Amino acid sequence: MRLRVRFREVGPIRFIGHRDLARIWERAIRRAELPIAYSEGFSPRPKLHFGLALSVGHESEAEYLDIDLVSPVLLDGLADELTAALPEGIEVTAVAEVSRQAEALQAVVDLVTWHADLAGTDPDQLREHVARFLARSSVEARVVRKAKEVTIDVRPVVVDLRVLDVAPVDWADATGPVLVAELATRPRAVRPGELWAAFEPPLEPRLVRRHEQWITNDDGVRRPPLAVGAPEPVAAPPLAS
Amino acid sequence: MGFPPNLGRPVGSVPDMTSIWSQLEPLLAKVGKPARYIGCEDGAIRPSHGPDIVSWLLLYPDTYEIGLPNQGLQILYEILNERDDAAAERSYAPWVDLEAELRASGLPLFSVETHRPAGAFDLLAFNLSAELTYTNLLNCVDLAQVPVRAAERRDDHPLVCAGGHCTYNPEPLADFLDFVVLGDGEEVVSEITEVVGDWKRSGRHDRVGVLRQLAQVEGVYVPSLYEVAYDGPRLVSVEPRFADVPALVPKRTVADLAQWPYPKRQLVPVTEVVHDRLNVEVFRGCTRGCRFCQAGMITRPVRERPAEQVRTMVSDGLRRTGYDEVALTSLSTADFSGIESVVAGIVDDPTNCGQVSVSLPSLRVDAFTVGVAAQIQKARRTGLTFAPEAGTWRMRQVINKLIREEDLYGAVESAYSQGWRRMKLYFLVGLPTETDEDTLGIAELGRNVVEIGRRFHKNPSVTVSVGGFVPKPFTPFQWFGQNTVAELQRKVNLLRDATRRERGVDLKWHDPKASLAEGIASRGDRRIGAVIEEVWRRGGTFQEWSEFFRLDLWLEAMAAQGLDPDWYTHRHRELDEVLPWDHLSAGLHKDFLWQDWRDALDELGLEDCRWTPCYDCGACTGYSIEHVVASAVPPAGGSQGTGVDLSRGGAVPVSLLGRAGRDAAEAVPT
Repeated sequence: MRLRVRFREVGPIRFIGHRDLARIWERAIRRAELPIAYSEGFSPRPKLHFGLALSVGHESEAEYLDIDLVSPVLLDGLADELTAALPEGIEVTAVAEVSRQAEALQAVVDLVTWHADLAGTDPDQLREHVARFLARSSVEARVVRKAKEVTIDVRPVVVDLRVLDVAPVDWADATGPVLVAELATRPRAVRPGELWAAFEPPLEPRLVRRHEQWITNDDGVRRPPLAVGAPEPVAAPPLAS
Repeated sequence: MGFPPNLGRPVGSVPDMTSIWSQLEPLLAKVGKPARYIGCEDGAIRPSHGPDIVSWLLLYPDTYEIGLPNQGLQILYEILNERDDAAAERSYAPWVDLEAELRASGLPLFSVETHRPAGAFDLLAFNLSAELTYTNLLNCVDLAQVPVRAAERRDDHPLVCAGGHCTYNPEPLADFLDFVVLGDGEEVVSEITEVVGDWKRSGRHDRVGVLRQLAQVEGVYVPSLYEVAYDGPRLVSVEPRFADVPALVPKRTVADLAQWPYPKRQLVPVTEVVHDRLNVEVFRGCTRGCRFCQAGMITRPVRERPAEQVRTMVSDGLRRTGYDEVALTSLSTADFSGIESVVAGIVDDPTNCGQVSVSLPSLRVDAFTVGVAAQIQKARRTGLTFAPEAGTWRMRQVINKLIREEDLYGAVESAYSQGWRRMKLYFLVGLPTETDEDTLGIAELGRNVVEIGRRFHKNPSVTVSVGGFVPKPFTPFQWFGQNTVAELQRKVNLLRDATRRERGVDLKWHDPKASLAEGIASRGDRRIGAVIEEVWRRGGTFQEWSEFFRLDLWLEAMAAQGLDPDWYTHRHRELDEVLPWDHLSAGLHKDFLWQDWRDALDELGLEDCRWTPCYDCGACTGYSIEHVVASAVPPAGGSQGTGVDLSRGGAVPVSLLGRAGRDAAEAVPT
């Protein structure tokens, strides 16, 4: 059985790194006594498949993780159980079964919506700033890739930028204005911090959160890998022994 | 590095207990590994504070990754927070990038739980496990915006104190610490809380008065209440200034570990730390009697935790934390009575979620021990570490680490044959009476171990790790003049030459220069305080990190104070010399230590007193307690420190090396 888990990561816990997150999940799964599958070989590892890594310091409303289990479990109440086994600030908002054949999250997510809290900025000035950015066909930025500084064009991945005068109600820690940025993961992923730095003058958001990740189907319709509030279980699973 | 130190906060400004989180948060976005400053550990407590509650900030003067796993601080953290009249939080040395940000913004050091300013706590209590962290202690006090010198603190400043192994010679830190605690902290923290609580409730006036009262608590040493006299370079005396202040401060010892099943809720960090696993202390103290080992000497007697309690702590701990690894900690875990059945019980516990691995951080060097390791480390058999400590039998008799070569070879053969590929061997150079033959014996052992490995693997590798020996207080070697940096380097070079063409032997060594600074701090007197302060003021923090260690700062500070590093470190001391820690007691009789020093020079080994007659070292008798050991006979395997084959286990020939029966010493193979 493969589970897909959607979780939030907000507050001070946003300062952990991706490796830290993996270790936290490994412990949480053992605490929740999920029958997790292990890899074969000399040094067996629990089979966890993470989506796109979240940069240190960024919050998220929409992180995803696939977990392989050796036997089926009941989904009812599982989200709360996992939340209880996780540190404060990490909250599971949906759990569902997905097909073992489902493509890896990293491969199918093609678009990410980011929110940047630009507290203290004038919304109209920000709109002009954004319009100037969008008017350009190419925006070069110096970024570090594989410990080397290189120049990349960040413009192609920017699908949309828009400004909200005040922060969305579900973002209590932000004041706004908020820049909403939709960034494609292809042809070459750009980190949000690299995008802010590519503005002239650079944007310095106080807080950044990943609002949603998207999978676009062949008809151009996009949906998140898993919506908040788990969908009905695919089939009533047999009780775990 | 090299920031202008704070000179304490301005007179009259009292920090409130408000969190600095909102000011800290933007700084965390700019520094490396910010997760080490957020707390959020499972098991962390956000205690309430108030005028009737004594607030302790427990500090480890090194990074979070090194300090968080410290079991001593975690035990005290829980005991204090269980009290209604105490609140404990934790703090660690901020890394240099955050230190720069804090100083630039005028922000103080803070607790990781509630991010309160360190200066707002009643007590700053440091764990001191390594001498090279002393400058970090000063830096933490300064970052707390508290004067580093105890004499400059006022009534509204926290009391700055320390415990841990290094406090058996606290004299180099005497100018900076208001008080020091010797020995086990489980009981004494409560007694201190009561004294400080009375002081706090009565308005926190008269700092000297509360220190006088604290000096009445057994195990508490208040350096400022003692007068030190010198005659030229020599220390003449350290005498109490007042009649009610003890002339000899004894250590504290908890008699029964079973009464202290702590930590009950070990902290589980959200970011990676060293020893990132469940740790369960199975016994405290060690009587193997290795003469270089300060921990073994000062933590006597042996007090085992009942096996049943170990099992409960392990299974509860694994379930609560989600760890898949547990370490059974002690100074020599293979000596725990019934270790085999305990580890088997852990590994085979049907309530385990997934595979659990057990680690024994201090393996004894024999095949039996490897057998236990094999039983418990079913997966991930990568490397095993052994510490023969010296290269020849003669040298091992001097240091009383009575491992036969056959023990080592039996151990590694057993390990290689059961799937381990990499062996790591720890050695010391610069030991008393060491000859080049002894030093080169290290290379010889390494070579022979690789040779054994070739029978099982194509390319076996052995890491030979060499450290320079630094004599420590309250050991038989406290009188020994340590090797110079040049001599240690020469010995390292001998080993480099001897192993250069040895395929499979990978030599690693610690910087001998650091041994000199460690030696100065380890056996120094109060005059070394000015040196530590000067090294710190010139930016010498994180001295135990090789990239930050600067011997030049230490030597220049010594010169500026007119102090001779040779005199402090390289000189052999005599029996009649007053040692800077003579007014403190680890429970060991000085004549026992001196006799053991003479025995060392006579190459005479001494058996483990757990299973043999008493040598009257003083550790048990002085406290009316005894070894708490479940088994009357040592476990099977190897030579068990006796130098004779005990592979079938059972009774040790008790008369073999007892001091009374010293004539029988020739029975030991040499």
